Amino acid sequence: MRFGQLPFRQAAAQVVPWFVPLAVLVIWELCARLGFIEARTLAAPSQVAVAFWASAKSGELGRNVVISFERAMLGLAIGGGLGFLLGVLTGVSRIAELLLDSGLQMLRNVPHLAIIPMVILWFGIDETAKIFLVAVGTFFPIYLNTYHGMRTIDRGLIEMAEVNGLGKFAIFRRVLLPGAMPSVLIGLRYALGIMWLTLIVAETISASSGIGYMTMNAREFLQTDIVVLGVLIYALLGKAADATTKLIEHRVLAWHPAYHASASTN
Amino acid sequence: MLQRVQSVHGAFVSQPVDRLEAGSTRSHLDERRRKGERLVLEDLHLSFGTRQVLRGLNLEVPAGQFLAIVGRSGVGKSTLMRLIVGLDRPTKGRVSIGGAAVEGVQRTVKLLFQDARLLPWQTVLSNVGIARTPGWRDKALEALRDVGLADRSNDWPAVLSGGQRQRVALARVLVGEPGVLLLDEPFGALDALTRSEMHGLLEKLWFRDGFTTVLITHDVAEAVALADRVVVMNEGRVTFDVDITVERPRRRSDVQLSALQDRILQGV
Ligand SMILES: Nc1ncnc2c1ncn2[C@@H]1O[C@H](COP(=O)(O)OP(=O)(O)OP(=O)(O)O)[C@@H](O)[C@H]1O
Ligand SMILES: [Mg+2]
Repeated sequence: MRFGQLPFRQAAAQVVPWFVPLAVLVIWELCARLGFIEARTLAAPSQVAVAFWASAKSGELGRNVVISFERAMLGLAIGGGLGFLLGVLTGVSRIAELLLDSGLQMLRNVPHLAIIPMVILWFGIDETAKIFLVAVGTFFPIYLNTYHGMRTIDRGLIEMAEVNGLGKFAIFRRVLLPGAMPSVLIGLRYALGIMWLTLIVAETISASSGIGYMTMNAREFLQTDIVVLGVLIYALLGKAADATTKLIEHRVLAWHPAYHASASTN
Repeated sequence: MLQRVQSVHGAFVSQPVDRLEAGSTRSHLDERRRKGERLVLEDLHLSFGTRQVLRGLNLEVPAGQFLAIVGRSGVGKSTLMRLIVGLDRPTKGRVSIGGAAVEGVQRTVKLLFQDARLLPWQTVLSNVGIARTPGWRDKALEALRDVGLADRSNDWPAVLSGGQRQRVALARVLVGEPGVLLLDEPFGALDALTRSEMHGLLEKLWFRDGFTTVLITHDVAEAVALADRVVVMNEGRVTFDVDITVERPRRRSDVQLSALQDRILQGV
């Protein structure tokens, strides 16, 4: 990570990565100003900034972001929570595994976006439809990774715990659960990616609020500045989700050799 | 912790400090042995499918004895340990400890595995106090002090060396105050110097606490240097049984020990 001891070099390491994105922005702006790019094709960065300011001031942007965020979190809580619980269940119980796992493994192969028509039939275009889709999308990565994490724990550690007099619950809490955590968190990362993707699709197809709706609505009026703004907001939300999981990983997996170095320098 | 004396032949001989101060008479030794439990194995049979691993194994280990078991790879030594500790059940026969038959995992029997088996997500201290019995922190710290790792109590196991991990595992076993301590080649993967250090440590702790000890090893020299008695396992039974009466502290190069070693090797 470090290029040298000189403060100048460290500062350079902070600044240099921004050069290319900035250059792109400048060239993009110039192209728009000089008329190489039509406004109805792609709005200039300055126009996007203005649109951002306007919709932020009117409160519309904030409302839409909050609604999208709520849908995402609710869907994740339901789908991810259920996936985690079932993963733990099939992970610790052979009977639950026999009963549930092969069925779930089959369902997993259905692309969850393929069921959108059915979901619209069932729930219409109200909130439930979007939350349901997000829940289905986030369920599988978390289920699969929790189950896998529980099943691949070193048998030797469980035996060691038994020999040292730990009961079933203590073994679950102190051996199985923490042992499955790295895998569960990988599942969470996948789930977060799927969560935003699902929400974008669901909101652009059928919604009357949210970021996806905002961009679709803007498209009808050829407001490319709002469309670009919507895309940027999605990117920011995705980035924030990623940063959150990284933070969780650093806290929960502090024991993991992969996190030692960063833990000691932070 | 321990003094080490290098003999003429270059072998390291451990000399537990306690031991030297306490003198080395048998009677004194017996008096200090409080925790040891008698271990009796009667007509043990165990098969995996059609493969018979144990075929009528009989063995009686008096309380506080240090027994070493040697035998070829695959002869069933680890299997026997698992039976004694209660992880597996014999197909036939019985194991009893302190007069009571073994049913399920035993509280008074502790097993030190070949690998340290530390929980990577718990600190060294929490690993040692894994059983979380009342007052575990103090006990765990004391046990870590016994194995010379008190200063590492807040580290993650991943940063320890192989030998240090085995010492932590030994400390974990000590916290359980075992009546019978089983050691399944716990030092096999360590280098010769570290191994000899671990032997010295084990001997010291055994002498101090007096648990009945069963050490499995491939190394016959190690067996005769440490144990009161060595048995050889062959085809699922005990086929050779010899008391090692050589005074402690022992020197690896002792002629009596070499003679015994030869006899045992012929027995294997
Ligand atoms: N769970 C099991 N299922 C089937 N066979 C087993 C099982 N556990 C052990 N065995 C067999 O029992 C025999 C004895 O195994 P064990 O691990 O006790 O040998 P060992 O004497 O400890 O050998 P080593 O010195 O190499 O550790 C081996 O042939 C092994 O293949
Ligand atoms: Mg073995």
